[in-house]
Amino acid sequence: MTISAPTPLAAFARRRRFGAVLPAPAETRLWQPGPNERPDERHSELFAAPGDAAGAGLALAFAMAQLRGQAADPVADYPDERPWLWVQDAAALRLTGRPYRPGLPPMLRHRLIHVAAKTPEDALFALEEGLRCRDLAFVVGEIAGNPRALSLTAQRRLSLVAEKHGVPLWLLRVGAERDLSSARQRWTVRAAPSLPPRWNAQAPGAPAWQAELFRARNHPPGEWILRNDGQVLTAEPAQPAPHHGDLAAPAGDRPLAAG
Amino acid sequence: MAIWLPRLAIDRWRLAEGLRPGQGSDAAPLALIAETAHGPRLAAVNDAARQAGVRSDMLLADARALCPELAVAPADPAGDRAALEALALWAQRWGPWSALDQPDGLVVDVTGVAHLFGGEATMLADAARCFAARGYAARPALAPTAGAAWALAHHGPERAILHPGESLDVLPVAALRLDPGTVLVLRRLGLKRIGDLSGVAREALARRFRNHKAPAANPLIRLDQLLGRVPEPLLPVLPVDVPLVQRRLMEPIRHRSLLDRVLADLCADLTRVLEARALGARRLELALWKVDGEVLQRRLELAAASRDPAHIAALFGRKLDDLDAGFGIELARLRAPWTEPLALAQRDLEAAAEVHGTSLAACIDRLAIRLGPEAVRRPVPRASHVPERAQQWIGPLEPERVSQSDLPFHTRPLKLLDRPEPIAVLYASPDGLPRRFRWRGAVHEIARAEGPERIAPEWWRERSTVRLRDYYRIEDGAGRRYWIYRSGLVDDGRGGAPEWFLQGLYA
Repeated sequence: MTISAPTPLAAFARRRRFGAVLPAPAETRLWQPGPNERPDERHSELFAAPGDAAGAGLALAFAMAQLRGQAADPVADYPDERPWLWVQDAAALRLTGRPYRPGLPPMLRHRLIHVAAKTPEDALFALEEGLRCRDLAFVVGEIAGNPRALSLTAQRRLSLVAEKHGVPLWLLRVGAERDLSSARQRWTVRAAPSLPPRWNAQAPGAPAWQAELFRARNHPPGEWILRNDGQVLTAEPAQPAPHHGDLAAPAGDRPLAAG
Repeated sequence: MAIWLPRLAIDRWRLAEGLRPGQGSDAAPLALIAETAHGPRLAAVNDAARQAGVRSDMLLADARALCPELAVAPADPAGDRAALEALALWAQRWGPWSALDQPDGLVVDVTGVAHLFGGEATMLADAARCFAARGYAARPALAPTAGAAWALAHHGPERAILHPGESLDVLPVAALRLDPGTVLVLRRLGLKRIGDLSGVAREALARRFRNHKAPAANPLIRLDQLLGRVPEPLLPVLPVDVPLVQRRLMEPIRHRSLLDRVLADLCADLTRVLEARALGARRLELALWKVDGEVLQRRLELAAASRDPAHIAALFGRKLDDLDAGFGIELARLRAPWTEPLALAQRDLEAAAEVHGTSLAACIDRLAIRLGPEAVRRPVPRASHVPERAQQWIGPLEPERVSQSDLPFHTRPLKLLDRPEPIAVLYASPDGLPRRFRWRGAVHEIARAEGPERIAPEWWRERSTVRLRDYYRIEDGAGRRYWIYRSGLVDDGRGGAPEWFLQGLYA
């Protein structure tokens, strides 16, 4: 599905409203799982409930998709083993717990550097320092609620730093309201029932999430069921698309006149 | 060459008082005392006191009974040790390396250097003369092994030299560097001289001292060391030169901007010093002397060896915010007590890669300075079955120790609560699976479950009342996945009914 480029009238409306012409999105197509190659989309936000680890799991799944899809450095003679940073503030740490190395994905577990910040201000400082660091693969932040420090200005700083240095940031908002933000992709995540595993149908299966992309710079909103089987992140639409072709019910073997 | 300083403590006291031997208060009986559990005990006595019959290791009360006019001064064992270390470094003028012989001796390796001093006897005379010039009574002795030299220095004639073919059989057994208890045992056995030991069958001595593993308690080991039959490694003293730079200021400074300028200069100086030695600083100490004599100290630890002046100055800058300069600062000194080798690095061909962003070590330093070193950590596995003990937090750049890998069929949660939270459960049978549970005010229906995985307490570490745990991996109706456990069994005799806890959250 492709949406046509904005009309001159729409551009005029943008100018009226914001005083300057916003850069028109180069391509607006449905979001698809996989690495995000656009350099201006390094800052994503995931809203999650405080009672589970679905948001953290999806953020790590996004990060792994990003790492797997990156073009290999032709001059590096070893795989990308850069560490990554996970910043939590005290409230998020209390609500959703601390990272547990044996449960982390195997490609990420030995590279984690964890920062336990006391206040949201400290967490934002740590996030910004992490984004400035050229030796980090990506940064995951976890901040509970809507603290005053996490204003639109702070979000904008994070977006700019992430895009300047090319370090992706996934910011988890634990139990937060949807406030103003400059994140390029904003998701709402909750857990979804998993598919039964092959050998024990009574056991919980590979993780699944119901994720709604409610605001994105280059994609129309949508809702998906995302599944991660440890190797690849797959998406399927949350609701099956309505059929527009055959609205009439099948006729069956009865006379049409019978109604 | 072994050098014995028989009156090291008294000589140090006398030099501190500025007296010659037998002059001033050294002419009267004097003793240095150390406080012990049984009251003050004499640590060292001077010549006048020794003539009055006072010996070291006496109680002060007994010594006063012998010599009522005995004067006392406190002993300083730590100062003696430091002085001995300094003397050991100074003694390297006679040989390439030297070692301490606690508490009052030195050992210098003079293999093949005697001809530089005009022969062995001349070298010993030179050593005695140099120590006498410094005010220390010294007894040097020369022998092929450290043990033999020690024996000659303590129990031999003045400036003794052991030539090849000579034997030390006439020396007492105490010359073997033995404990007083072992010397007493040997004396009760009738073995008073070293030569007496060779009169006894070696097997008999070995059997008598078979449980004495320490060399100082086993005369056979000491005898072999003295004769050079077994090696005796000594720990040499190495001079450590701490990189230090300082600035004396013509006018005391009171303003922060000037101090920042001085700090930047100091960091640049220290960088030059470190670069010349191919070192990088791990710990830095900044000391600021104020006009009124007070010293302000600031200490810094870096995650990785570094000598980047801008980085160090920025890190110190954060620590100077609460500084009270008072009437001004007149001397600033920067030391690097802990350094690590850091070779000169080739600059990156692609200059853009260096100017872009910060390095990992700099990032860790900034985080640790503001948030505290405990806030920035890295998880590493630890050998334990208990889930919360199975991971350990270390510094972000510390190396990971080798450990057994996790079993791949265990599915562990992504996150672990710091403290397992109790849950109220509804179950069909006490030993069975819960049907639904209440956690943080919400009711969860259990849709799927896997378990139990039984994890027994680590009996070698925990008390016997700790209960085992049965872990279940569950998924509730909304798809949320948790790790819960039942603590204990119904009839395990370690408490009442089993309790349920929620410990982990799956992705």
